[in-house]
Amino acid sequence: MYQIIEQIFPYAIAYTVPLLITSLGGLFSERSGVVNIGLEGLMIVGAFTSAFIISVLQDIMPGGAVWVGLLAAVLAGAIFSLLHAFASINLNADQVISGTAINMMAAALTVYIARNITGSGNIQIKFGLDRLDIPLLSKIPFLGPLFFSQAYMTTWLVLLILLAGWYVLYKTPLGLRIRACGENPHAADAAGINVYAIRYVGVVVSGAFAALGGAIIIVTYSGEFNGGVAGLGFLALASLIFGQWKPLGILGATFFFGFASTIANVSQVMPSLSSIPPILLKIFPYVVTLFALVFFSKTTQAPKASGEPFDKGKR
Amino acid sequence: MKLNRQVVIGLIAVLLGLLAGAILMLFSGNNPIMGYWYLFRGGLMNVERLGNTIATATTLIMTGLSVAFAFRTGLFNIGTPGQMLIGGLTATSVALTIAVPKVILLPLILVAAIIGGGIWGSIPGLLKARFNVNEVVSSIMMNWVAYWVVYYSVPAFFKGAYLETESRKIPDAASLKVEWLTNLFHGSYINLGLLVALLSILFVWIVLNKTTMGFELKAAGFNRHGAEYAGMNVQRNIVVSMVIAGALSGLAGATHYLGYASNMQIGILPSQGYDGIAVSLLGANAPFGVLASALFFGLLHSGKGFMNAMTDIPPEIGDTIIAIIIYFAATSVLIERLINRFAKRKEVVK
Repeated sequence: MYQIIEQIFPYAIAYTVPLLITSLGGLFSERSGVVNIGLEGLMIVGAFTSAFIISVLQDIMPGGAVWVGLLAAVLAGAIFSLLHAFASINLNADQVISGTAINMMAAALTVYIARNITGSGNIQIKFGLDRLDIPLLSKIPFLGPLFFSQAYMTTWLVLLILLAGWYVLYKTPLGLRIRACGENPHAADAAGINVYAIRYVGVVVSGAFAALGGAIIIVTYSGEFNGGVAGLGFLALASLIFGQWKPLGILGATFFFGFASTIANVSQVMPSLSSIPPILLKIFPYVVTLFALVFFSKTTQAPKASGEPFDKGKR
Repeated sequence: MKLNRQVVIGLIAVLLGLLAGAILMLFSGNNPIMGYWYLFRGGLMNVERLGNTIATATTLIMTGLSVAFAFRTGLFNIGTPGQMLIGGLTATSVALTIAVPKVILLPLILVAAIIGGGIWGSIPGLLKARFNVNEVVSSIMMNWVAYWVVYYSVPAFFKGAYLETESRKIPDAASLKVEWLTNLFHGSYINLGLLVALLSILFVWIVLNKTTMGFELKAAGFNRHGAEYAGMNVQRNIVVSMVIAGALSGLAGATHYLGYASNMQIGILPSQGYDGIAVSLLGANAPFGVLASALFFGLLHSGKGFMNAMTDIPPEIGDTIIAIIIYFAATSVLIERLINRFAKRKEVVK
């Protein structure tokens, strides 16, 4: 059993990390009071941007192209998310519809541009990130092979962002403001906080993080932009709910989904799992989420004002 | 007057969408006038292409109605793709296993689609009514469950002759395509689904506007607590509403996979499901508005292939324009503000 875990662990982590960072982005948006169902689209924007930038730069600067691509994706995601921010913060648009528009626009627009460039709509990159062993730490028995060997740099980056995100959200004035705008924007407004500005911060952070998630898929296990991220944005949304809108909860939920999905993907080649019908493994994360929704329905930790347009005159 | 205003807003959203499309065409080095010329010709230039436009619109009418019906009752049905898949799957399984004459088989197929889609819609409905679970999130989960159900059951039970990724071809006796209609439109994809769609429009219009049930459903949509206070069974209404919405999407699946197409493919969430949101929104969530906007989006979809063949513009421009239109429809406050400002300025001029 341990051998199986050791074998699939790196894959599970590779799959978890984009989910984690995207879900963390969703957390910032929802905590500030804006539902962001457009995470999938923002991931696609990130995946496209990174693939495009890397494919352009990889011959000029083979080593740095990946990192420039990741940075460009973050910027593109932040900018694209402004569409959602403007609609839901300034125009009181239905946030779910606006998010759906973001998803559809990102999917169509990126393939449109990719087709103009490559003709096929796919963009391949030659080199992604390499898997590295962390010196010394990877020699620790049991834990070493699981956590510190064959890891991508982005995994550590995302864990660092998670830690920073937790710190900002719970230990800084900005975090307090973000949470206040999601719970009771009128009280926050009365306290002199600019609710509109704080919500912009929340949405733009979600765009940047989701796009980074999409870009990480490209530079780690995918290596090719093909027009979508296979519903990972929606799974990130599910993780957000399953993790009850808390950073550590999200870490747990995404790891759970990452592990479950990896098991589903490799079940056919593993004798101990091949007796389980693959369909059960595939639908497992979604069904679990449905049960979690029911289970948490009485004690939900959802930000109270999430999804509600803020109307200053309504106090 | 209110409806007129909505029509104006819809038309402005469409114009802005087309304008954005034109800018994108320019940006990619193409001539937008030629682009739109071929796009509209591709959807309208002869009887066959007109038929294809209507056939493409048929699925969109059904998914649009599904979203609109839920919307009017205060629910957001984003589960249309999944309900379409399951309705298509149940319809396909009837079509490929039961051998009876076409006049009996077709109603059976449609009933199967209604049941499949209805069941899929009922789950988010029940979860919302019983546990107050947000239907948007549960619908999305149901979409992915449907995706994998189709992914594994089509190859397992209805595998096609050559490919693992699609079902056997729907036999003529089970197809919604009928010879006289196909011939009437010179061999287009048009099929009896159109009749289903028109009847559904009538059904939704009657239910919403002429029945007590429709009144109760709308009341629950306007103000759940008010409806509860008035003694209406809001929980039951939520389930009923989602079942009807799901059934409409299930029928959309049948008209799509057994009418427009001739088999089911795996590995795709049908984009027509999400397009239903756009159709409904642009059609102001009204049955006849849905008809008009579905025809327009059908035109964009069926014309884009021809445009792609005649110019260098990728076909995704069609989807991009649709997405931009929904964005503008969702932000209609912006358009309203502009109209108001314009109206005021006019008064000043007077």
